[in-house]
Amino acid sequence: MRSTSVILICASICVLTGSNGAEVDFVNDIQPIFAEKCTLCHGPDDKKGGLQLTGIEPASTLLKSGSRAIVPGDVLASHLIERIYSSDPGEVMPPPDKAEPLTGVEKSKLEQWIKEGADWPKHWAYQDLAKFDEKVLSEGQSPIDFLVSKTLEKKGIEASLPTDDITLIRRLFYDLMGIAPYPEQVAENLPRFQADRESAVDRLVNDLLASPHFGERWGRHWLDHARYADSDGYEKDNNRMNAWRYRDWVIESINADMPFDQFTIEQFGGDLLPERSEDQLLATAFNRQTLTNTEGGTDKEQWRVAAVMDRVETMGSVWLGLSVGCARCHTHKYDEITHDEYYQLFAYFNNGDETTSKITHTEEAVEKWKSDLAKHEKDVAEVKAQLAKAKSQLVPQVPAMIAKTNALIERAVEQKAFAPLGLAKFSGPKGVEFTQDKKDLSVLVAGKSVDDGTYTIEGTIPAGIAVTGIKLEAISDPALPSKGPGRTDHGNFVLNRVTLSVDGEQKYFGDASADHSQEAKWDVKGAVDSNAEPKSKGTGWAIGSQFGESHHAVFGLVEPISKTKKPRSFKIELVQNYGSKHMIGKFRISVLTSPTKLAVPSELREILTTHGGKVDDLTLLGRFYSKWHPELRGLGERLNTLESSVPEKPGMDVRVITERQKERRETHVFRRGEFKEPLNEVTAGTFASLPPIEHRGESGDRLDLGKWLVSGENPLPPRVVVNRIWGHLFGEGLVPTVNDFGVRGDRPSHPELLDWLASEFIRNGWSRKELIKTIVASEAYQRSSAHRPDLVEKDPKNRFLARQNRFRVEAEIVRDISLSAAGLLSQKVSGPSVFPLIPPGVTDANYNSAFKWVVSPGEDRYRRGLYTFFKRTAPHPNLMTFDCPDSNVTNVMRGRSNTPLAALITLNNDTFAEAAQALAGRVLREIYEGDDLRLKRAFQLCLSRAPSREEHGRLASLLEDARSYYRSAPEDAEKFAGEHVPEGIAPEEAASWAAMVRVILNLDEFITRS
Amino acid sequence: MNPFVRKQEATRREFLTTSASGLGGIALGSMLNQDGLLNAATAADASQFQALQSHGEAKAKACIFIFMAGAPSQLDLFDHKPKLNELNGQKMPKELTDKARFAFLQPDTATLMGSPRTWKRHGQSGMEFSDLLPHLGSCADDILKIRSMHSEEFNHHPGQLLMQCGVSRFGMPTMGSWLNYGLGSPSRNLPGYVVLTAGRGSSGGSTLWQSGFLPSKYAGVQFRNQGAPVLNLKNPEGLPPELQRSGLNALKDLNEMKYREVHDPEIASRIASYELANRMQTAAPELVDLSGESQETLDLYGVGRPEPEGNFRGSLPGVQTYDTFARNCLLARRMVERGTRFINIVHASWDQHSSLDKELAYNAGAVDQPVAALIKDLKRRGLLDSTMVVWGSEFGRTPLGENRNGRKGVTGRDHHPFAYSMLMAGGGLKGGMTYGGTDEIGWNIVDKPVHANDLHATMLHQFGLDHLKLTYRFQGRDFRLTDVAGKVIHDWIA
Repeated sequence: MRSTSVILICASICVLTGSNGAEVDFVNDIQPIFAEKCTLCHGPDDKKGGLQLTGIEPASTLLKSGSRAIVPGDVLASHLIERIYSSDPGEVMPPPDKAEPLTGVEKSKLEQWIKEGADWPKHWAYQDLAKFDEKVLSEGQSPIDFLVSKTLEKKGIEASLPTDDITLIRRLFYDLMGIAPYPEQVAENLPRFQADRESAVDRLVNDLLASPHFGERWGRHWLDHARYADSDGYEKDNNRMNAWRYRDWVIESINADMPFDQFTIEQFGGDLLPERSEDQLLATAFNRQTLTNTEGGTDKEQWRVAAVMDRVETMGSVWLGLSVGCARCHTHKYDEITHDEYYQLFAYFNNGDETTSKITHTEEAVEKWKSDLAKHEKDVAEVKAQLAKAKSQLVPQVPAMIAKTNALIERAVEQKAFAPLGLAKFSGPKGVEFTQDKKDLSVLVAGKSVDDGTYTIEGTIPAGIAVTGIKLEAISDPALPSKGPGRTDHGNFVLNRVTLSVDGEQKYFGDASADHSQEAKWDVKGAVDSNAEPKSKGTGWAIGSQFGESHHAVFGLVEPISKTKKPRSFKIELVQNYGSKHMIGKFRISVLTSPTKLAVPSELREILTTHGGKVDDLTLLGRFYSKWHPELRGLGERLNTLESSVPEKPGMDVRVITERQKERRETHVFRRGEFKEPLNEVTAGTFASLPPIEHRGESGDRLDLGKWLVSGENPLPPRVVVNRIWGHLFGEGLVPTVNDFGVRGDRPSHPELLDWLASEFIRNGWSRKELIKTIVASEAYQRSSAHRPDLVEKDPKNRFLARQNRFRVEAEIVRDISLSAAGLLSQKVSGPSVFPLIPPGVTDANYNSAFKWVVSPGEDRYRRGLYTFFKRTAPHPNLMTFDCPDSNVTNVMRGRSNTPLAALITLNNDTFAEAAQALAGRVLREIYEGDDLRLKRAFQLCLSRAPSREEHGRLASLLEDARSYYRSAPEDAEKFAGEHVPEGIAPEEAASWAAMVRVILNLDEFITRS
Repeated sequence: MNPFVRKQEATRREFLTTSASGLGGIALGSMLNQDGLLNAATAADASQFQALQSHGEAKAKACIFIFMAGAPSQLDLFDHKPKLNELNGQKMPKELTDKARFAFLQPDTATLMGSPRTWKRHGQSGMEFSDLLPHLGSCADDILKIRSMHSEEFNHHPGQLLMQCGVSRFGMPTMGSWLNYGLGSPSRNLPGYVVLTAGRGSSGGSTLWQSGFLPSKYAGVQFRNQGAPVLNLKNPEGLPPELQRSGLNALKDLNEMKYREVHDPEIASRIASYELANRMQTAAPELVDLSGESQETLDLYGVGRPEPEGNFRGSLPGVQTYDTFARNCLLARRMVERGTRFINIVHASWDQHSSLDKELAYNAGAVDQPVAALIKDLKRRGLLDSTMVVWGSEFGRTPLGENRNGRKGVTGRDHHPFAYSMLMAGGGLKGGMTYGGTDEIGWNIVDKPVHANDLHATMLHQFGLDHLKLTYRFQGRDFRLTDVAGKVIHDWIA
């Protein structure tokens, strides 16, 4: 219904750089004209009039009209020129209804380009990596500096001086760990820097790269790409409590400097690797970070297709630097990606199923599990042996037992006699209350309505009575839902098991009967077997359909308890495990005193009766007796319990991708990306414009795709990856559009440098740590970041790298450095996501009211920001306001906004107020006395340097302002001093210091990587 | 504009803005001048964010979008279908249900469900509303009623994203973000994009006011119903305003020292952000303080109305949803007066799969009087022409009763994206107009279909923006609020 006739070619924009008589450049000058104004009709999908502007060959071919559009070097013979200059509205190109007309400059460029030979090079990003001849370097010179200097010289720009040592140390700490150095660390490094800066940098960088915090810092960059989060996304946005296991895999892999090619292959097709490890399977969770929609009434296929598309497009952005998503609906108008090719990529992912797998938690846990398992196996063997022995001893006793049983049956009377049990002690699950009526001895259950649990009744059996069984009455009462006798809304209960022990000795029931049992499996006999499993797996007594009425059941003892002179203690347990509140609401227990048939299990009774009490088949009976005999029964139950409690392999479910083997899906092109409109079938394949892919089997799979990306032949991934790494270290990539290496993206400021870095990356085995070391060792990295008024005109964006850049640190790091300066930051690496302080009400934005943000206790409240639980529909506002990506789609470049809402966070938010208070407490505690020393210390903890006289003066005067206020307002002082006041310090003083140091924590210099 | 220039322009703009509104100090302004980074003419500009672009005359300056998440039943509020009552209990022609998808409804056995509502024509235009909306009826001649909205999204969250972002995918900017990106905000002391909520949260959560790939400063700022209206607005406990001010003065001085050393314009922006933050600390509480409003105005909106007795899905224990919603409407007017560009009032719980009569009456009662009051109040203050009020949802509800498996009785309606209704008022749009129509049971549109993309295109048009030209380059593509479609509906324009 949407108007579908218009296919978007995004608004017409083209970048024309000055053509002052210089040669026309195809990429800069010509290609944008074709893309914006010509290829809609003369592109890969459509060749009107036979003309296809996709390369010099098709563009200069003989057309239907008999002419050629482009004849290199010959303007007059080139029909294209005639058409673009035509004044006839029916002739002129582009036709007025298809695109904006060409400007005069554009026309003359096309003309000049043809005149100069119509050079049509392959798009720069698809070309092979250029080789760099290292012979041009002078001794010890870094190719980075050689190439950067070359451009600067060409532009007539002088490089800035190296930055000072302290700034460089801070820069390295911020970039590699995301934590500011402590003053002690600065002091330790400074003399080395002064002695030999190069080796000092090398040493420090090695230390920082070896720190586990490096993996946190750089792992977070990767998690942005992976759109990692702790919840589903859509609608209910259910939590993914195990998502963090993938996050930890990323941190660990980066800390271990897993080569980027392996890192790629495992995330794409870890499940398909031969003899894959658990971790390799876990790596595929990269592609499980897609959103899930569990809303009622959704079409599962729609969301499966959406997730697969997201995987294709994420791969495009992260590895290829291409917006392949455009080709979901139609052939890409600018980059060489056709509609079919998009679905060829789709085919690689189309048979990857969303599955879960158990992943081991820790090695210690596995060791413990192994020893638990060994002990368990030993116990089982022991019980089995005892059982076998008891069974063999049983056989000779069977004739005697038959006689005994027959006697029991004969003695049994129809008319039952019962005796009351008197007052007893009751207990049950926490919150459940029992009230026994003193007169009728019934017990009403009230208080918390629990889902399941066991009622325990303890009391005494009066002297002088024999006990042959017990009677349980489940009593209806107006106080219960639907009058009971159970506590569910409809009045039911499930009694899974009744046990009785007398003077500590376990007794057994033979059989049970009730006035009414729910049909089939909920017969009362189920309460004397040993099965007490929850829900429908269990057996037991329920009273379905006859709700609101009282019922009773009698359980007969296998061996009656004879009369004693003294009272005996008893304990009865009513086990109710069904769940969803199937608990008895009112009951009464009494004992059966007359001989009863229920002493004998009904099946045994039946055999004996049918055979007239004389049975020859001792084996058959032996089997029954072995179930019934108290000793054997005890052992049997012990064995059951043991077998149902095999120590489970420690592990957790994680979401992974595994390849579907049966009913494999075919892949079709979808018309306009609509999953309900399949067109032609395609098979796995990549782009014609990139090097070919090899498939291991008949059809390609994810593993093939991963290997192709990092084969080294494919020039895009190494370029894209090193550019991003460069971007993290300079604030901007050599290609500023880090997500777009296509025709419309920026061209590299230093193409040779980009290619050298990419080649070097591959040469060093795709080691990210090596690449980072190489970059940070360069002069370009180590330059001052001060802006230069002399470059405002020449190079306003600092693309030529005369200086370093200054930029605000990321959302998580703003908090990390504040907590770290305050001494609050937990150094704990990895583990489940945590719930730090959050302003009240934030998580209400999601309609799933079951979600509660409970602040983590202990050090988990102060963990690094990347461990904060990420709820997609209600993310932590401190993160979002500082431009943390929403994790719904891949992000390869964070924004760096500078807003009042962000200012309010660092000024007023509880977390930051606490950081100020703790920092104040810290300097007051660490430095014995003296405003000057304390102020200097606070300043150094945050900025690693001593304050200037001017800065010192300004802060000291603020401290005095604060003191004069708090001396007159002790109540406010008490409140603002907070929880971190050192012993012996007055609240007025602590509050005044906190009011002063919070300004340091808000300084531009503090939250900026200089 | 060429993207390079645009990027530079943006940097320049932010930088200037900040220096202008923030520094309170000619000091930094003139200092920047000395450095040759700033010229005096632009320094004098004092707006928060300047307009990026304008493509035509702007009739509307502010928008109040009242979002009824969950999908209200158009058949019981706006789209009167006598034939549906006649056919009550009958099955529907199979060819209609065959093509349709349902969330819970079982099409083989479902039957049409008439509406128990009574209907009345209002005003000179004779616009029809059901008895649940008497107050809105009294504004009929100012209202543009659209009966031919449609969506391709079937489930709430994607549908809500489509209505807010023009695309049902995640990660896209919302309407308010686009408007602020395109036009800037005239407010000096308040955010340009504010979100107000009442009652339960929506299934979309904060994704309904995200800025997507636009910078986060264009995201909606949620005003809260309790405590300080904006997160972190209050000083930490025990820190008085005067000490906040001394701290900010010291901060500004120290940041200026750094600026003199490194000349980074971002520092000037930061100083300005802190100053605006500080002004917001006073301006936002003043905004939510209703003590200056007359009793007549408070009564008009229904501020302080009691909550109806009984249990309703839309109500939360202890929360006065009726009162909160009335306040939100009044706050929206106060924000418009103070220059806020886009206000989104979100009210959820319209997803009446069952107990429709009871629940719809509760919800309609919550919104009818306050929304009508908002229209009347804006009008009498001369603000309606420049303020666009929109009332709508992600989709509508089925003419069939919902016979979900395992549920007793048929008392509600399922999701219906093929035809539903929305309301608009002000902002240079025609009042008293009923636009588009559906077939006699309200299943399909028979006249003038309107997609969210068309709605957005027309909204932007009224703000002087061409939806084809308001673009943002992200991951290699120029994105629009209207995705790849949308047409301006000139019939709506007064």
